[in-house]
Parts: sequence; structure tokens; C-alpha cells
Amino acid sequence: ASQIEDQAEQFFRSGHTNNWAVLVCTSRFWFNYRHVANTLSVYRSVKRLGIPDSHIVLMLADDMACNPRNPKPATVFSHKNMELNVYGDDVEVDYRSYEVTVENFLRVLTGRIPPSTPRSKRLLSDDRSNILIYMTGHGGNGFLKFQDSEEITNIELADAFEQMWQKRRYNELLFIIDTCQGASMYERFYSPNIMALASSQVGEDSLSHQPDPAIGVHLMDRYTFYVLEFLEEINPASQTNMNDLFQVCPRSLCVSTPGHRTDLFQRDPKNVLITDFFGSVRKVEITTETISLQPDLEIMESRYEKDWMNEELMEPLKYAEQLPVAQIIHQKPKLKDWHPPGGFILGLWALIIMVFFKTYGIKHMKFIF
Amino acid sequence: MAAALPLAVLGLLLLGPGGRGHAEPPRDTLREELVITPLPSGDVAATFQFRTRWDSDLQREEVSHYRLFPKALGQLISKYSLQELHLSFTQGFWRTRYWGPPFLQAPSGAELWVWFQDTVTDVDKSWKELSNVLSGIFCASLNFIDSTNTVTPTASFKPLGLANGTDHSFLRYAVLPREVVCTENLTPWKKLLPCSSKAGLSVLLKADRLFHTSYHSQAVHIRPVCRNARCTSISWELRQTLSVVYDAFVTGQGKKDWSLFRMFSRTLTEPCPLASESRVYVDITGHNQDNETLEVNPPPTTTYQDVTLGTRKTYAVYDLLDAAVINNSRNLNLQLKWRSPPEHGYVHYQPAQDRLQPHLLEMLIQLPANSATKVSIQFERALLKWTEYTPDPNHGFYVSPSVLSALVPSMVAAKPVDWEESPLFRSLYPVSDSSSYFVRLYTEPLLVNLPTPDFSMPYNVICLTCTVVAVCYGSFYNLLTRTFHIEEPSTGGLAKRLANLIRRARGVPPL
Repeated sequence: ASQIEDQAEQFFRSGHTNNWAVLVCTSRFWFNYRHVANTLSVYRSVKRLGIPDSHIVLMLADDMACNPRNPKPATVFSHKNMELNVYGDDVEVDYRSYEVTVENFLRVLTGRIPPSTPRSKRLLSDDRSNILIYMTGHGGNGFLKFQDSEEITNIELADAFEQMWQKRRYNELLFIIDTCQGASMYERFYSPNIMALASSQVGEDSLSHQPDPAIGVHLMDRYTFYVLEFLEEINPASQTNMNDLFQVCPRSLCVSTPGHRTDLFQRDPKNVLITDFFGSVRKVEITTETISLQPDLEIMESRYEKDWMNEELMEPLKYAEQLPVAQIIHQKPKLKDWHPPGGFILGLWALIIMVFFKTYGIKHMKFIF
Repeated sequence: MAAALPLAVLGLLLLGPGGRGHAEPPRDTLREELVITPLPSGDVAATFQFRTRWDSDLQREEVSHYRLFPKALGQLISKYSLQELHLSFTQGFWRTRYWGPPFLQAPSGAELWVWFQDTVTDVDKSWKELSNVLSGIFCASLNFIDSTNTVTPTASFKPLGLANGTDHSFLRYAVLPREVVCTENLTPWKKLLPCSSKAGLSVLLKADRLFHTSYHSQAVHIRPVCRNARCTSISWELRQTLSVVYDAFVTGQGKKDWSLFRMFSRTLTEPCPLASESRVYVDITGHNQDNETLEVNPPPTTTYQDVTLGTRKTYAVYDLLDAAVINNSRNLNLQLKWRSPPEHGYVHYQPAQDRLQPHLLEMLIQLPANSATKVSIQFERALLKWTEYTPDPNHGFYVSPSVLSALVPSMVAAKPVDWEESPLFRSLYPVSDSSSYFVRLYTEPLLVNLPTPDFSMPYNVICLTCTVVAVCYGSFYNLLTRTFHIEEPSTGGLAKRLANLIRRARGVPPL
């Protein structure tokens, strides 16, 4: 019986082949240091557990590491006494500063990006991808603030996820949000295979963890701090499941009540591994055949010879003069192309002519034409 | 031993294909260089340059084999038909007045200027696509470059490399002053280097030290250059430069002794195995001056003298490929020490306390010969209490003159003074040493205009208020308390008779 159960369980194990992560910090200004530290902690854990930079879209709305107010440049700390520098030496921020807008975020999720967007800024997921979406910032009941100038509502977010589902852009999606009243953001989801976690219920505020007197701001939010502590224990081979993640940060530590939503998710959370979302699947096949890599040297050599001879030119080239004064003085400015006058100018002239003929009578026209 | 092993393996690989036929010419070379310049203000500037020269013509063939030249940039050149590309990210400003002229300065923020080849039909479209691709490579917001911040200079920004003609319609220039430089821009820049950050001079590039500086500028320059002195064929040159200025007070804690370890928290252990040249130059032009001597440790084996930026400079050269430089200690930690640091002497400053005591500043300075020394103090003007103003506040307030007391060397030795015998003007100041004389000089007093309130204001307010009150209240009082009677018009009167006379004379009907 247990064998049949195992087989059945195999059937329900997640069928994903690649992992993606979209990590968003939506707050600007130095006193929101903790939101950047939150996002970078999750980025760090996700990288450590195997997701490569090419599969992570990191959006930071402001620069804290090289901010002139940072007493230790190029660092972002998550713990006081500066124990853990989550910024690191190998960080790649894909969307930064003014590029973090609601429009860009929704475009990344739905894939409707202008064609000239570089690859590192795209979410190239397919229907076998497990995506982790982490958002942090200032939020309220039903909305999340972006850069203190615009908001994204829970309805827009739910619709974006539905678009992703219809375009088969994810296999399973884990949505984590660390803001005040975060649970309101996942209330409206209606697409299948989404699991959501939030740091606080509607009507509650998420609180920050501890300030650092040397840096002068709060370094992290409580919920993400305890999630980071939890994730530091995970390694790529660990079998910890989602139920443990739900227990992270009880009310005694977090002061707010973290919430979660699993009704849209098909599998039982106790069968879902943490590494299904935070880590990366690497299908490695070991083979014992030997394959020899020998470039075809004869072709290469003959090609080099041909190019070497072709490249000799007839006369020597020279570098351009950097400041040819005589040439600059005598160059004519380029004439701008003539454009016909636009609608406003035409309308103004028509009005003037009409007023003229109204005052002086239409009989003057015959003298002109 | 571990370092020697990969080098030996590399050697075997090079010999392998060469042994089959004739030796193929090297297609690309790498030179790396670090120049350390102690600046007149006590700070230290470090300039890294990594130059890859690739003897290939990217326009004519489909290149698929990249060795030292990074593939990301090679593909950009062929896809967008670039002739030159110059991209820089800078934080801070190069203070020429205190630091001297820079080798290569860049504007604060991000600057991108590109020369396209004359085969490009739609330059603006290529420019937009190129800035998007570069924003992805360097993790910067270069995608904000569009027609609102792009210009086509007509006279400057001539190509820095070989150029056939200079039609400026193929040039585009844009600057994003708001762009921030941080580790995420340094990481992809380092990844373009052949040795990445594993060996050679690039091990010194650690973000946490490089951004704790007054000036940080990293750049990528691609241009075609002459392959040899005859200049009959073209090579592509990629230069990656990084300039930083370490502040003596912020990072050096006020001490002016510098070492590679103090600046970069690393030392040099080996040259990049792929580099044909790997050198460190230290500017020791100040070495032989009398006031301060700069000592470089370990002492250099060779020096290099040349005229750079208009002045003759001497550089100490450390060649990392020379085995004697990295000796048995297996690392090279250059140290710069100032033998006799310039003393500012004695400074005493007592700040003022409002209505209690004034500012007092006393300084003992050694003035260098044939020079002018300027001492300046910044002050803020404050508003006094209104009873503290003098009756004529617009005259200004006086600041007492400064006093200069000096011992001036005498050109002619003086005889010792006998107080009773010599004239009175010789014994004003007691002198102990006949080779110099004491003098006390005073500057002019300073007249400072303080912000003065308008003292006529209360008088004006009272006048205006009284007028308004009188007019309004007076009118209302009159309207309320006076009664009106109709008056009969008076008949006759002398004026009326006179007026009628005049009217009759004019022929107008009478009143």
C-alpha cells in the first residue's frame, strides 16, 4: 500500500523544470533602507540556493548602498553590528531607481515588453516554471505604493497573474509580500496554482526589526528578518516544506499575524518543498562516455593566413585631429528641414484674416485677388 | 605550486596547435597597468587601465571565436556597426584645483558617446537599441537615453581612433547625470576583463573599498587603432579604465601613509597569465623636493621619466611579470610614506559665544618661498535683537583687524643693540638674533553689512492704520449721524452775472 502511495505522491510532485524569481522593492528614500535590505536578503538566499542571476529579476527603487548617507558605502546590512552584508560583491540589479514603476512591473510579469528590452530585464518563464514573487514596501488595504507616487491595487495584481496563467507563463507561483496589511493583496487572486504569504492581516501593520545606531535607520522588517533566518538553515538538498514556512514569525516575534493562502494551490503544502520555489532545479545526468574536443585546426590556420594577407591596406591611415580650429570655423551649420506650419499657426492666421475682412468688409477681397 | 601548475598547462595548450604547422600570430593581447599618484592635497589617486587589442577586422567576417576580447562587446560592434564607443560611469567630481589635471575625466553620472560607421542607414534607431542593450549589460538605466537627452555635437568629440572621414551625423552623445554608480555596475565591468577579478591587477578591485572614495569613475572605450607604426592595418582596442581618489581624511584617518593594502584591502600576488604586460607605476616626482620626501617601499628597480600633461614626471615602475618584483614574500604591497610630513604648526581656535566672547583664531604658519598664502574663514551673518542695533545700522558693523607677527630674515646682519647708546627707534622690539627682525603688521578692519530690519516699519504701519481707520470709521460716522437737507438754489449773485455776460458775448444761451 505504501508503494502505491509513493507512486501517487510521485505523480503529484511538482513538475517544474526551471525556477524564476521576481524580487521587488518599491520604496524610495534613505529611511526606507529596510525595504531594500529585505529584498536583498531574499535575493541572497535565492542565489545561494541555486537560482542564477539570469533567472532573477531584481527591482530596487532606490540605491542605498552607494547613497551619500550610507556610512559604509557599497554595503547593505541586515543585522545590527553589521554582521551580514546582503549587498555582496556580485549583485546584478535589473530595474533600478526610476525604472521601478507599476507599468514596468506588470510588463515584466505579463511579458509585454518593448522589443528592445535586454534579456536580463525579461521574465522568460514558460509553463514549467516555478516563479517566486517577493514584494515589499509601504502598503495599505488593497494597494501597494510604488516610489511614493503611484500604487498597484490587488485587483490589478490578480489580473496580471490571470494573464500569466492564460499565457502559460508559470507552473506554480509563490507570492510573498511584506507590507502593512499585506494580506489584502492576495485576497483577490483567482488563478490556479498560486500560494501566497503575507506578513500581516488587514488592519495590522508590519513592524520593523531593529535600528542600527551607526547607520541610523531600521535595517530590516521583522517578518523578512525571521524568514531570512529560516532560509539560512536551508540548503539545496533540504526537504523542509511549506508548512514550516507558514510557522515562521509567530505573533510573539512579529507583533503582526502573518497570513497565507493555499486554496488556489493544487498540492498539499506539506508536500511542497521550500526549494521548489527558492532553489533551482538542476537536472544533471552523469555519463561515462568520453567526448574529445579537437578543433579543426587546418581550417582555422588557412583562414588566419587569408585574413592576415587581406588586411594590409595600400596607404597608411591616420588618427583624426581632435580640435581642427580652421575646419570648425569654416563649417556651415546644417539647414534644418522645412516643415509646413502646424495647425495652431494656421488657425491663428485664419482668425486674423477673418477679423480683418469682417471689420473692413468683404469688398477689399477683390483688390487682393 | 598551485599557481605554477595552471601556467604550465596554459603553456602546453599554446604549443599544441602551433606544433602542427607554422606558429599562428597572436590575435589579441592584453596589457594591464595601474598608476598611483600621490596628490598635492595628501590624497592618493589610483588609475587602472586594462587594454585588449584585437587584430581583427570585425566588419568583414563573421567572428565566432572570442579569446580575450569579450564576446558581449564584440557582438555589439558587429551588430550595430560601431566605429567607436565610449561609456563611463562616474560618482564624484575631479577637483582639478586641489588634485592637479586628471588623465581622463568623465562627467558625473553616465556618459555615452558613439560613432557609427558610415554604412548605418538609421542612426537614431541603432542608437536607441544600443543604449537598451548596454543598459542590460551594465545594469544601468541607460534605457532612459532618448531624443530628449541625445545631441549630435558638430565640432567636438571627434573620433579618438582611426577615422576615414568625420561626418558628424554618425555621432551621438548623451549624458544621464542622475545615474548612480554602485557594485552592480562594477560587477559586469569586471566580468569583461580576461582575468575577471581572479588574477593580476584586477584582484584589487573590491567594491567595498572602491566606493569609499571621493571620486570613482569607470569607463569602457572601444576604438580602432593602428596595428603597427606604419599604420597599414586596423586593430580594435578595448580600454577599460577605472580611476579612484582616496581621501586622506575619510579613508586614511588623517594619516598620509598609503599602501596597497590600505587602499584596496588586498595585495598583488601574481600577474594575469593572459597579460603580455602587467605594471604598476608610482608617481615619485615629489621625491627630490626639499620640503617633503616621498619614500616608496619596496624600492623600485626601474624608473620611467616622461613629460605627461605638460610637466616632467618621474615614475617608479614595478613590473609584475618580472619575477624579482614578487619575490619570496609572494605578494607585492607598495607603501608610500612621507618622510617629513608638512607641519601646519600650531593652531588655536576659540569659537565665539553669543554676547559673551568673540572668535579667536591663532595660527603659526611656515610660508613657502616665492608664493602667496591665503587664509580664509567662512562666517554666517545673524540677526541681532532689535534693541542691540545702533542708531545707524546701515553703516555696517566692524570686524577688528587681524594681526600678523613675523620674524623676517634680514639681508644684512645687524649689530647687537645697546639700549642706552643706540637711537630710540632701534629698541622698539627686543631682538635676540641679529639675522632676523621682528615685525608686527595689521590688516584693515572689515566693515560687514548685517541684515537690518526696517526700523521705519512701525511708524509706517501706524500712519497707514490710522488713515484707514479714520477714513472708514469717519465716513460711517458721518453717514450715520448726519442728516441731509435740500437747499434752494440761490438766484443772482455776482459770479452768475459775470458768467452770463461772457456767455452773451460768445453767443451761447445764458445760465
